[in-house]
Amino acid sequence: MNDAVLWLTATLLAWNAAAWIQRRTGQRWLHPVLVTVAILAAALLAFDVPLARYQAGGALLDFFLGPSVVALGLTLYLELPAILRRGARLVAALAAGSVVGVATAAGAAWLLGAPREIVASVAPKSVTTPIAMGIAERTGGLPSITAVLVVAVGILGAVAGPPFLRAIGVRDPGAAGLALGAAAHGLGAARSMEEGETEGASAALAIALHGVATAIAAPLFLWLLYR
Amino acid sequence: MRRMFKGLLAILLLLLAGEVLRALLHLPVPGSVLGMLLLVASLRLRLIREETVRPTADFLVRHMALFFVPAAVALVAQGETLRAHWLPILAAAVPSTFAVLAVVGWIQQRGAK
Repeated sequence: MNDAVLWLTATLLAWNAAAWIQRRTGQRWLHPVLVTVAILAAALLAFDVPLARYQAGGALLDFFLGPSVVALGLTLYLELPAILRRGARLVAALAAGSVVGVATAAGAAWLLGAPREIVASVAPKSVTTPIAMGIAERTGGLPSITAVLVVAVGILGAVAGPPFLRAIGVRDPGAAGLALGAAAHGLGAARSMEEGETEGASAALAIALHGVATAIAAPLFLWLLYR
Repeated sequence: MRRMFKGLLAILLLLLAGEVLRALLHLPVPGSVLGMLLLVASLRLRLIREETVRPTADFLVRHMALFFVPAAVALVAQGETLRAHWLPILAAAVPSTFAVLAVVGWIQQRGAK
């Protein structure tokens, strides 16, 4: 059987089912990515399909992560004047966010006695998959664990982020978008786009700058832990 | 449909340029993020028109969440590691996500007032 056709079709079917479930229930926590992954993982385990066979189809969709990150540049371009006005404060917010994100994630795993490769795998959990996997690889983590964790964190941020931000009094659209992009990368940005153009553009910028800041902060913090 | 194709071509060229830049300068940022910044620059310098990329860019951004699915499905091969270390992984991921949301949101909002 042609694995690429089978599993690409299965993924799109599961995705449509997940979208239908979301529409019918109106439950935000039933995020389409969460439901789709649950359906596919159950199918792979039930029929004992090796991951490599799934990825023959999965890789076709995975490929488009790169182009879709490039595409965020259009939203960013359209909102650039508004973003530049927030200049220095924006850089400070993302620098602080990356330090706090790395320190709380790696610190918690370290305190609970996780081995070094797990601590290094969780440190870059907030940033977009390719950056996070690159950081994990260079710091002695397990890139495949990081990739799974990054998507899980993205779902958490996309689902719980907006109500949490409202609860703690963050109502400014630019600030909310920036926070969602910083904490939940592309999935946070996708959620931000639903709220508005300003939110979406701020999230797109956060993906880039927070990714760069974390690429610096994560190795430094791990060095402090293990020197 | 032709617009869609031209837009995809522009985006792939920028992605390729980003990958080349990353490899040449040994940057810690992936080619896709560099490509995003190159797209902003190309639009500002009028090298690419907004209408050329809009249909494709809108399509890609609208379906971005779907593209994360295969990376997460890989968890079926990680069952053992995840089971062995679920507590530190959970403790690292959940509180930290809210901490990042709060820190970035608060600092940025203070500047907006």
